[in-house]
Amino acid sequence: MTTRRAEAIVVGGGLVGAAIALGLRDQGIDTLLLDEGDIAFRASRGNFGLVWVQSKGLGAPWYQRWTRNSAGAWPALAADLAARTGIDTALQQPGGISLCLSEAEFEDRSRRMAQMRDEAGNFGFEYRMIRADELRDMLPGLGPTVAGGSFTPYDGHAGPLPLLRALHRAFTDAGGAYIPNAKVAGATAAPHDFRVETAAGAFAAPRIVLAAGLGNADLAPIFGLQAPVRPQKGQVLVTERAQTILPLPMTSIRQTAEGSIMMGESQEEVGFDLTQATPVMAQIAERAVRAFPWIAELNIVRAWSALRVMAPDGLPIYDQSERCPGAFTANCHSGVTLAGAHARVLAPMIAAGSLDPSLQPFSAKRFDVQNAA
Amino acid sequence: MFRTRPDARPATIAVFVEDATVLVPEGASAAAAVLLAGHAAIRETAVTGSPRGPLCLMGVCFDCLAEIDGVPNRQACMVPAVAGMRIARQRGARAARP
Repeated sequence: MTTRRAEAIVVGGGLVGAAIALGLRDQGIDTLLLDEGDIAFRASRGNFGLVWVQSKGLGAPWYQRWTRNSAGAWPALAADLAARTGIDTALQQPGGISLCLSEAEFEDRSRRMAQMRDEAGNFGFEYRMIRADELRDMLPGLGPTVAGGSFTPYDGHAGPLPLLRALHRAFTDAGGAYIPNAKVAGATAAPHDFRVETAAGAFAAPRIVLAAGLGNADLAPIFGLQAPVRPQKGQVLVTERAQTILPLPMTSIRQTAEGSIMMGESQEEVGFDLTQATPVMAQIAERAVRAFPWIAELNIVRAWSALRVMAPDGLPIYDQSERCPGAFTANCHSGVTLAGAHARVLAPMIAAGSLDPSLQPFSAKRFDVQNAA
Repeated sequence: MFRTRPDARPATIAVFVEDATVLVPEGASAAAAVLLAGHAAIRETAVTGSPRGPLCLMGVCFDCLAEIDGVPNRQACMVPAVAGMRIARQRGARAARP
């Protein structure tokens, strides 16, 4: 079998892999993007579409900074993708609200936000806890039992599917090679010398980036890396399109650019199981209707589930292999929010050959027994 | 353009399509009333405003969405016509009603 050579291979054609592949290509690196196929779990295609900052990185200020920097990189990314591909990723960053449906939730949220600001230090963390009276002026038809919510100006939302399409289009337009139906079946790894075998052929490169979502767990050890990620199921309900009514996104409810209202925030630890069942769907709908009673009148037209790519502590994992330099992993459950950082910050580091020390806390070494003690 | 089959099913149910009275046989759908009233389109799409009318007549295509008795976005082909029913054009996205 002939082996196709390139300067870099990215394994995984979802939001994470496509953003990194585009970033590498934009650094002038001849890049192959290997994608699995329609049987893949495709977390990117079930994404809720938040570009979300305010809940990320409690107790882990490096993650708060990484997330906020990514949200900050988003406008330039969206403008660049629109100019290059004509695809509108529907980015809006009007700030966002995490609703609190009870006084207990409001108090808990207040504590978390105060801690976020303490941990942000000189980086700063602007937020407001807003009581229901004032929130009612911002959000039409807010339910009578809502206690309030937290607001930060950093939050926003975008269309995950247009984003995925735009990243792919920009990548291939720039000369990158997209190889579908190329699940990695075997691989060999030596420093700066990697070869993978797939149903679509064999590929070799001195750099490889593992961005295969849940597939990274099995792939990483071959390259001297660890990616202890597990599936966490999330379910989403989508209503018929309605005229724009929600001025900003919330953690569990957002209105898309085209008018659909999306609801969801469920977290289920059920392994590789995409089954949808009414108890969780009913819970999602019930909370949405408590937040906005008028949602009950809208028809649900779609519902789906997808599997988040979760590390044990819920934070991303970025690493370069010590045994096989040139091999990197990228793992996260925030492919939309972190697209800015992946395309414009992480990819240039990978192109330059090493991860910035600021990414050290994201190494999977944090799960080693010596460090976890 | 459309006529009922020549069965012995008298058109006895009076409904309103865009305020015009149409007589349909018992058991006919609201979509049938739309077609009998001579409308090629009964909705405008939510995103581009493109006109659409009943097509599949079996609940699949969602192109017959109409406002029926004040309820927006109903699939007219799945709703049996009843006397006095008001079927109106669905203009783009419905409003949410807080």
